[in-house]
Parts: sequence; structure tokens; C-alpha cells
Amino acid sequence: MPAHDVLIIGAGLAGQRAALAAAQSGASVAIMSKVHPVRSHSVAAAGGINAAISVDDDWHSHAYDTVKGSDFLGDQDAIEVMCSEAPGEVMHLEHMGVTFHRNEKGEMDLRAFGGASMKRTAYVADITGQALLHVLYEQLMKHHETVERYEEWFTTSLLQDEQGRCAGVIARDVRSGRMEAFRAKNVILACGGAGQAYKPTTNGLIVTGDGIAMAYRAGAPLMDMEMVQYHPTCLVETGILITEGARGEGAHLLNSEGERFMEKSAPNKMELASRDVVSRAEQIEINEGRGVGPGGRGLYLDVTVVPRKRTLEALREIVNLGKDFAGVDITREPITIRPGQHYIMGGVKTDIDGLTPIEGLYAAGEVACVSVHGGNRLGANSLLDTLIFGRRAGEHAAARAASMAMPEVDTGVQLRRDAEHIDAIVARERDGRRVSEIKNELGELMNEYAAVFRDEQGLQTARETIARLKEEAGKAWIDDRGTIFNQDVLGAIELGYMIDCAETTVLGAIERKESRGAQFRTDYPERNDEEWLKHIDITLGEDGPQVSYSPVTITQWQPEERKY
Amino acid sequence: MAETQAAAAAPHTAGPEQFKLRLRRYDPESGEAPYWDEHTIELEPHRSVLEAILQAKDRFDGSIGVRCSCRQAICGSCGVRVNGEPALACHTHLDAALEGARDGVIEIEPMGNMPVLKDLIVDMDAVHWKKIQRVTPWLIAKQPVPEREYIVPRESMIDVTQSMACIQCGACVSDCLAMEVDPGFIGPAALAKAYRFVGDPRDDQQFERLNDLAQDPQGIFDCTHCFKCVEACPKDVNPMGQIMRLRRIATNDQHIRDRNNGKRHEAAFTTLIKDNGLLWEAELLPRSYGGNSWFGKFAPRAGKELLSSLPSIVKALLRRKVTPMGALKPHKLPAADLKGVQGIYDKVESREQRYELNLYITGEDEAPAEGSESSARVSDPVAAGVAAEPGGKEPDTVPGAEPADTPTELRDTEEGLGQ
Repeated sequence: MPAHDVLIIGAGLAGQRAALAAAQSGASVAIMSKVHPVRSHSVAAAGGINAAISVDDDWHSHAYDTVKGSDFLGDQDAIEVMCSEAPGEVMHLEHMGVTFHRNEKGEMDLRAFGGASMKRTAYVADITGQALLHVLYEQLMKHHETVERYEEWFTTSLLQDEQGRCAGVIARDVRSGRMEAFRAKNVILACGGAGQAYKPTTNGLIVTGDGIAMAYRAGAPLMDMEMVQYHPTCLVETGILITEGARGEGAHLLNSEGERFMEKSAPNKMELASRDVVSRAEQIEINEGRGVGPGGRGLYLDVTVVPRKRTLEALREIVNLGKDFAGVDITREPITIRPGQHYIMGGVKTDIDGLTPIEGLYAAGEVACVSVHGGNRLGANSLLDTLIFGRRAGEHAAARAASMAMPEVDTGVQLRRDAEHIDAIVARERDGRRVSEIKNELGELMNEYAAVFRDEQGLQTARETIARLKEEAGKAWIDDRGTIFNQDVLGAIELGYMIDCAETTVLGAIERKESRGAQFRTDYPERNDEEWLKHIDITLGEDGPQVSYSPVTITQWQPEERKY
Repeated sequence: MAETQAAAAAPHTAGPEQFKLRLRRYDPESGEAPYWDEHTIELEPHRSVLEAILQAKDRFDGSIGVRCSCRQAICGSCGVRVNGEPALACHTHLDAALEGARDGVIEIEPMGNMPVLKDLIVDMDAVHWKKIQRVTPWLIAKQPVPEREYIVPRESMIDVTQSMACIQCGACVSDCLAMEVDPGFIGPAALAKAYRFVGDPRDDQQFERLNDLAQDPQGIFDCTHCFKCVEACPKDVNPMGQIMRLRRIATNDQHIRDRNNGKRHEAAFTTLIKDNGLLWEAELLPRSYGGNSWFGKFAPRAGKELLSSLPSIVKALLRRKVTPMGALKPHKLPAADLKGVQGIYDKVESREQRYELNLYITGEDEAPAEGSESSARVSDPVAAGVAAEPGGKEPDTVPGAEPADTPTELRDTEEGLGQ
């Protein structure tokens, strides 16, 4: 049976960074992912990574922008860690081989991004996530002797000993269908968000909340799950993302009357206000009849104001996306966009070293909630979050492993339980619904009631519907009876993960009776610091989800009114 | 390349239509041979082949095996063959796929050159990733490592972005003809990856990398220039172009003399065309060994290679691809045409630095709202794009300032001269 000091689940940026850090600290490390590492959704991050590396910049300014962007729900100690360590981390990545674009002096170039008080986003054209992910994978190939890779292994549950400590995982080899128990002194969850619980979403089909749900089922608290980011510029039909880098390079947002409507809600920052603000402004335009395109469901993003040469050099990916997925040459004409589900600020509650309240269990990246993003994440802070807290979790887990023995745990029981569960899904009678039908209904439901604007009635509808979907999912049937690459049965398990994430999102949104960051309640339209300047934690108890609260850490920035 | 350079972008307005799919299925557990499976789906014509497969999977048969995630041509999971041609399923429109279908049914198969694991899923580890490993795929950083970032020319980082843009989908590997004949060929994806380091001024081992890839009989000189990978690549990485750049840097800049005689073979090719306007096959081998020296033609190694080539020569004669006289006699273009060809050489050779095609570097800038007249000329960024060779001389002007009057054809020819 495989056993490792540090076992990382998920091989996107957070996971790969954690693996490299843990291996460098001398631990025996393995990284497991249900897809090949370079397919991880970090690859789709386009715009860049924030760090106060310019001589005129200061990490305090970055930290303040992040705190303000979070609508003061972010924990300031964690934000200070992230922003102060950012310049060193970005330099480290540069030395590792990331091909950051340069200015005329040959230094790293920086671009403007939403919610930032100055240019501080380092980038590689508009494929920054891809460049980072592929360079980290280069390092994994280089360090193949110290980091073991389990590629295309699907994790079904976390192993726990009698005291509830995390002691490894149960996983299924997607290629052969073989089930295996992996023992580990520490497990780091780094398997991303839960965007597929929404439809449409910018997130890939693999982003199904696996880590969040597994931790939740193991008893870890989920924090601020109601905070779901809608990105302001997604293609109307497919929800494909158009990077914020476009607005960073100067693109405008226009309504059907040709107005730059951001003047109304963010007269100073205009299109570069934080994402929650821009998405809300867009939704108001659409709701009030000033939208464009079929059904007035979109708005124009006008990139033609950016010099064409610059667009082709720095925004090449979205030039292609425009042509291929919307039939529009963005260098010639505006493209129709709308807000779309993009990111979840909430996740498994951790401290600044990625440690969750469950001993031996860490989380980093989108799966986690440290919380550095609070109510709203700034663009180009997510790559940073994955790398900083991925590294910190890797180092901390390695150090912890050095002073402990491999936990004793009876793996057989849980291994059998998971294997039997899979066999049961495969054997289900065809009298319920298809997995795909339930997934579609869930996604559309969330996009209707847990989106940019929310209210009690809609959220209650969502809660009731999710309860029904959960029951249906327990009987949903599949076609594939095989073991080799049975993606069908994994889809049924993923559906369960997504339902857990959706349920806690809706519960958090019902609970938080105020408007802050990405959560806008039309029935409680004001921010209410007196009652709600606190985190909402949801833990799975004997009788289902239990809600509790925890304080927001404030170090040097007192809450104030947020204006852009 | 085909997709992204689709001439004029047209907004998508058509409603859903029915499309027939024919999927290649293979169930390794059944013990049965691969078979075809047909489904009819309904989607708008501008939606992707991947969406069509997923609809069939969601509605009719969840056991269809296909790797996919992002749906936007960035994760590289869904490489397949559509109507026999390698493509990313998510990056191929249904209407375009239908046009390529022989009998009105869109045919989808797993990629080639790699073992099939199930349905549309192939074993990329066994081929693609093994080859990537072969090129030492990580930066060997120059020492000492600076405290801040390495200071490097602005253009150099944009230049390597083209090979960095590779999403490792395997489409180029799928249909590499050289790899089909010689499975040991390092191949287009891995060599494009190699350029990402050779072109990176921070790398300390550029000579060693080039020398390694030039000396390997299955390295940069094993590419046969068929352009298949260029057509297959959904991200315009232009793998063959990167291989040619590796060759040019290895031979012209680093003066590497490879055991494969690749450098001199290439020179023989170039000078033959310059002298005759056409390729004179019979002279190719002698000149590869002896250059323009008459005596050098009788190099013993040339004789050895001639011997080993005899079977193919005989075959070509038997199939009347060549006649003995036609092969031995120099064939030449008429004087006027030859002058035209040589004019191209003069123009290219008189340049102070070499220009390389690169997508991310474009030769023009214009007022945002310019009329459509000029847009036809520049709508193809590849044709418009030129970049200076990194590691070469710093250009006097930014490469982007290259006069826009150089005709596209000339640039294409220039690209071809490395052969």
C-alpha cells in the first residue's frame, strides 16, 4: 500500500506548488489528480498574477486593495502574508522559467487590473495560468524522483483514523478502475472550486467541488460559501471567459445606448472597479432594458479602443476565442458579454498555513478559504493565492511529517465501503433520472437563484429544489458498466460533490442577511457591519448542516464605505 | 491553424440543426474489435464537435469515453480526429466538420500514433509525454541567479510565447508522418517545447541542447517538412516552424556539424535551388558531401549513403517517377524565371538579420477604427508577423517596424529556404 509523508490531491497550481515545496523540504511526496496535471483548470487563468514588484509599489497598497476588494470580509493577517510574500514568489517563478513579458528595459512588465490602485499584474500574454502551470509541470518532470505522480486517479474519500485525523485517501485508478488506499501523514487538498454546480460557468467540466465536499463530509467546516464570484465578461451563449486583462489594457463596457455605464457606479475606476461592482452594474443595465444582443441579455465589451498590435501581442487568446466561439473579430468590433459564474471565494476553512481544523488535513487554492478574498476576489489574486498558500501548506505539512509517525488506520473498511458504493451506482436500475439531467437542473437553478442578485424567496426555492435533487441523485442511473475509464460512474460521484457545494452555498446565502461583496440581497441591500462583519461556517453535523460564525481578523484597516 | 484564421468572423445567429455523428468506439474489456457507433444530435452549427459528443453522451450513451474539460481550447484534453484530420473537438465547429464529412456524417476517431485506451481516449504517456521528457523540458537557468528577474530583451519573451502557447494536446503528434515511419522521431510537440528553452535567453545550455538535438538521428533533421503539424495545431504554435528555427540556429548561428549531415544537406538543397531554380535530385547527395567542390563529390560516406538509397532509387525508376536521363541531367528553370528565384535569394541574403514568423509579434499597428480596405491585408496576423531571431543581433529597429510592403509570398518562401 502506498504511503507518503505528504499526499496532495489536485495538480493545478496550488497542488504542484505544494508538491515542489514539500519535496524541497525533504518529505516523501506524491501528487494525485483525476486528470493529467496540465489539464487542471488553473490552465485557463488568463490575465496575470499580482505582486508589488514595481519600485513605486508597496505590498501594503496591494494588501489594502485586496481588503477593500473583499468588502472587508477578508482576514487581514492572511492578506498581509499573501501580499508581502508575493514579490518573492513571483521572482521565484521567474527564475524557474516562467516567460513573463517584459518592458522596454527588459524588466517584468505590469498591466492594470480591476480593483488595483496601480499596475501590479505580471503576465504572459493572456495565457498566464497556462504558462505558470506548464512551467510548474516542467519542474515536476525534473523532480520526478522526489515527487511521485498519480495521474488520472480519482479520489473518492478521505481516510480518517478513530480520532477523526486525516490519514490518507481512498482513490480509484481511472485507467483501470482499481481501488486503492493511500496512507499519508498529511493530505493537502488542492483540487479547485465547484463552478460546475452552476450553468453556465467559466469553469471546466472537471471543476466539481470534489475537495470541498470530501472535506465537508469528513467534518471540516466550510466558510463563506455564499460568496460566489460572477465575472463581468463571459460570452453570452457558452459562458466562456474573456479575460479582465482586456479591460486592463483599456477596453470599454457599453450598453445599448453606447454609454460607458460604469460611470454611474464607479466614476473613478470605471471598467476597472472590482468584479462584484462591475457585474452588478451590468446586471442592472440588462434588467433595465439597456442590454444588447438576442433578448438584450448582454452588453458590449469594446476592445477596438486598444491598439490592434497590442491586442494581438498581449490578448491573442481572446482574439481567437472571439473568432472561434462568438464569430467576432474583437480587434474590429465590440463583443457581447455578460456576467457569469467564475470563482468561489468560500471553501474549506484553513489557517495561514493551509491547515484545516481536521488534524492532518490541509487545503490550498480555490478549494480553501483562508480567507484572503472575503466577499470578492480581485482579478489576478487567485493565481497568487494558489502559489503562496500552496507553498506554505507544502512546507508546513513537510515539517509536520518530519516529527510524526505514519498514522495507524484500518484502511480495509473504508476501501470496501467506497468500492461497494461505486458498484452500487453501476448496478442501479434505470427507474430514476440520468445524472446529466440532474446536473443541468442544478446548474440552471443556481444560476437563477444564487447569482448576482438574490432574495429570500428565490434562495428558499433553491434550497427546496436542491433537497429534491439530492434525493434523485441518490438513485440516478448511468450507462457504463465497465471499469476502464468509466467516466460515467465518476460523473455520478461528482454530482454528489456538486450538490453538497450548492447546498452550502444556498444555506450561507440565506443566512447572510446583508449585501456584501458578491452577495447582494435585494431584500437586504445594505452592508451591515454591526451584525454581519463575520464569517459564516457550515459544518456537517449528525442532523445535517450546522451554521456557526467566526470573527474576521482585522489588523490595520477598519471597514469603511467602498467606492471605486 | 485553419480554425483561427477563418477569413471573416461572422456572428453566430443560426438556430439548432440536426447533425449525425459517427464515433469510433473501442471497449478494451469486451474483447471485441473497435466499431462505429452513430448518433444524431441537435445543436447550432457554430457549436463544437465536443458539445455534440457530450450531447450524445448525456442523452444516449454515457459510456462514450472522451477526455475533456475547459471547452475553450486551453486545457488540451480533447484531441481527436475529425473526418480523418487531427483536431481539438472543442475547437472544431459542427458546420465546418460537416463540410469535411464524406457522406454527411461527421466522423470522430481517436488520435493516431498513440495506443487507444478506450473509445476516443489514447495513451499520451506512452508516446507524447515520453518524447517531451526527451528534450530536458525545464529551464537550466544561467548562473548566478539574479536577486530580481533576469533582464532580457522584451521581444525574446514574446517570441517564446508562441511555443509556450502549446497546450500539449497531441494533435501534431497524431498525424506526424515522420513519426509514422520512424516512431523514435522526437516529433513536433517535443521539439517545439525544445525551442521554448533554446529561444529563452535565460537558459544556460542552448548550445548543448541544439547539439544534442542535431546529433540525434531522430532529432531536428528527422523532420520531413510535410506541414501536417502546422495544419493540425489548434493553437498556431507552428511546430515545424519551431523545428526549422532550431535547425537555423544550430547550423547558421552555432555552426554545429551534425553526424546526420543535416547541415550540409540543407545547404546543398538551398544552393541547388539557387543555381537551377529547381531541385536536381541526382546532384543532391554528392553536393551534400562535397559541397561545390568537384573532387569532394567522391567522399566515401556519400558512396555508402548512395548504396543505402539504391532501393528507393530503383523503385522510383520502376514507377517512372524519374527517368535515368531526367535525373542525371541538370534541370533548370528558364532564365527569366531563374532570375526571379535568385532575386528572392538576393533580397533575403542581403538582410542584416534573419526574420522569423511569430504570431505574437505583428508588423503593423493602425488606428483602431481604420477602414476595412487595409484589414484584408493584415487580417492574417501570421503573414503580417515578423520577429527577430533571439540570440542574433539586436535589430536596429523594432522588428515590428518591418515595412509592410514585403509581400506575404516572399516571407513564405523565406521560411521555406531552411530546407
